[in-house]
Amino acid sequence: MIVELGHFALALALAVAVFQGVVPLWGAVKGDALLARLAPRAALAQFVLLSLAFAALANAYLSSDFSVANVFENSHSLKPFVYKWSGIWSNHEGSMLLWVLILALFGAALALFARRLPADMLAATLGVQALVASAFIGFVLFTSNPFTRLMNAPLEGRGMNPVLQDPGLAIHPPLLYLGYVGFSIVFSFAAAALILGRIDAAFARMVRPWTLAAWVALTLGIAMGSYWAYYELGWGGYWFWDPVENASLMPWLTGTALLHSAIVMEKREALKTWTILLAVLTFSLSLLGTFLVRSGVLTSVHAFAVDPERGLFILGILIAFIGGSFALFAARARLMEGGGLFAPVSREGALVFNNLFLSVASLAVFVGTLYPLLLEALTGAKISVGAPFFNLTAVPLMLPIFLLIPIGQKLAWKRGNLLGAVQRLFVALLAGVAAAAVLAFVYHGAPVLALAAFALGAWLIIGSFDEMVDRATRGGKGMVLARLRAIPASVYAMVLAHVGVGIMVLGIAATALETEKVVAMKPGETLSLGRFTVQLRGFANENGPNYTSAVARFTLSDSTGVLAELSPGKRVFVGRQMPTSEVGRYRYGLSEVYLAIGESSDDGRVDLRAYDKPLVLLIWLGPLLMSIGGMISLLDRRMRVGAPVRAKAKMPTEGATA
Amino acid sequence: MRAALALCLMLLAAPALAVKPSEQLKDPAQEARARALSAELRCLVCQNQSIDDSDASLAQDLRRLVRERITAGDNDSQIRAFLVARYGEFVLLKPPVNTETYLLWGLPGIALVLGAGAAWRLFRRRRPVEAGGTTLSNEEKAELDALLARRE
Repeated sequence: MIVELGHFALALALAVAVFQGVVPLWGAVKGDALLARLAPRAALAQFVLLSLAFAALANAYLSSDFSVANVFENSHSLKPFVYKWSGIWSNHEGSMLLWVLILALFGAALALFARRLPADMLAATLGVQALVASAFIGFVLFTSNPFTRLMNAPLEGRGMNPVLQDPGLAIHPPLLYLGYVGFSIVFSFAAAALILGRIDAAFARMVRPWTLAAWVALTLGIAMGSYWAYYELGWGGYWFWDPVENASLMPWLTGTALLHSAIVMEKREALKTWTILLAVLTFSLSLLGTFLVRSGVLTSVHAFAVDPERGLFILGILIAFIGGSFALFAARARLMEGGGLFAPVSREGALVFNNLFLSVASLAVFVGTLYPLLLEALTGAKISVGAPFFNLTAVPLMLPIFLLIPIGQKLAWKRGNLLGAVQRLFVALLAGVAAAAVLAFVYHGAPVLALAAFALGAWLIIGSFDEMVDRATRGGKGMVLARLRAIPASVYAMVLAHVGVGIMVLGIAATALETEKVVAMKPGETLSLGRFTVQLRGFANENGPNYTSAVARFTLSDSTGVLAELSPGKRVFVGRQMPTSEVGRYRYGLSEVYLAIGESSDDGRVDLRAYDKPLVLLIWLGPLLMSIGGMISLLDRRMRVGAPVRAKAKMPTEGATA
Repeated sequence: MRAALALCLMLLAAPALAVKPSEQLKDPAQEARARALSAELRCLVCQNQSIDDSDASLAQDLRRLVRERITAGDNDSQIRAFLVARYGEFVLLKPPVNTETYLLWGLPGIALVLGAGAAWRLFRRRRPVEAGGTTLSNEEKAELDALLARRE
């Protein structure tokens, strides 16, 4: 019964979304305030209904109701609570329901927190948001219904894909969706601004907090996924240039560009066309990512052709929204000319540079991901585009940005002094060279590229901090603390985010220094791994609530004695026959020793892959700092639209005349 | 479609260890070559994984094959050519530059040049304004007025 109520709530949500996408939008365009004011209420109703639908599915999962096909296929009564919960979004239907729920969440958040927006702008934005929602709720309802019942309810479910039974992956999809879908609000703002023809600095101001929020979630989501791949897939890699990863990287790159170009638009009213275009592009790429992952087109073009219903539905949505917004964009292009003037060497110039390279990097990822699909569809020729391609295109495109970050921070608006900026960054430059020199001394024969990358990382970190040091010590040594306190939160945010980039670069550079050993070991044998010694003690069985596991016990020691017991193993989950690997990790500082076992042979040997990975945790610490920077920036009160209270009192009259 | 996806996830999830100890070559230099080469070769049944990363049995066969060719004295491009002859260009994770892939390799560069050109124009257009010294001829003024009138 509860399941049917959920199904009904979903259908009702579609009706509300269609209403919200038509009536208030009409009101906003025609200046009918009465109709326009229906938008926030409809957005809230839509959110409540979708929450009910989601709660109904959650209830079916938590109570292991196997009469629901979706629960039967993806859950098991013995699964721990947290994985029953995360099982909801571990599959296509459930994750699409989460997708539309988050879409509605952003709409409701806008309805609640953005009351200071002009009423027609709010109505138009929520209207566009609801159009997107209608399309996707329709997609869930008509092609991916999670509420379908089974005729004869089975006693036990099939269980969830074992690699997904991990705390990291329990929160990875919701974070990623918050990012993907968060850009929908930015898109809706852009579309509303285009529809109403009001494209000005106020638009950039409205859009920035939402862009930031989505960006923070997407950054965390991608980092989380990368960390999960590192410890779960068992070969210690952190980025594979897999199409699914690329699908999330593309909107991240354009979203990062958008974050920066919106600053120029807000402060200088320049780059309007470009900022709006980026807002549209970023969400389009999010939709594209959803299409790639959800249509099955990545697995094989032929598989897509055989079972095209879902893929075609999303492709239709994609074409309608991207095409529609570009048509709108072309129609309004002449409203977006002009803006503040600036020289090439200026803060704006640096941000244009940032945007150029981020966008082209995104394009390189786009081409590399889609080219093989298109080529096969058009000519039948099958080619592969993998990591070597992206390492030769997208990665070099990021390097100029890394080099320029500290300099860009130093340039003044309108017209900057390049030589002066570089002179003031002398210390950072020295730090970079020193880092490379120390590394060359400690690790004899370290690859030149690693040395260069270390220098780059040190330059980025010290150079980014320089902005704060500079501000704190400007005009004498006294009052440093007071000055530090006076620095706006947005500057702290910027510095922290840029330092995060540097830290990530250091972590990636350090992968060149890792030690890898692949051996077959018998109990009692030892292996030397850098300054560590690994000894195999024996084998054991460890059983969990819904899996059995065979582990190998190792002791890890160095010259000071035994450091840790590590037990990498293989798990076989109930209901699924394929084993998953559990790696054994020992953390020292920001570095890790990483052990994974493979097959064991009849003579009592087990295959071991052992790594010493110096500074590997920096790879994820960097993005974490970037997103903390984003959060701090969100808290900066200057970011909030219409800070004066007076604006609130003025709203009703504005709404009435809109 | 789902079956294919499940298959790939299964291959992904199979016990860790792509390169097995028994496969490794004695000579560290040759082994390093084999690893570098393996990272550029696709495990044909996987989703964009290299044979160096994959646990699929096909990947294992290919790794053995690569090492056999190395011990037989082939150089890297001979080994690539050997594999392409057998499996097609699909096996290369770094597609060769040819008529089919000009666009693939060229587009990022073209976009960078076009984008840089657009940025350059953005700056150029502003320069006379910043210099502030240019005067318009009467004809130009008339044209400007006409343009402005059209904009209204």
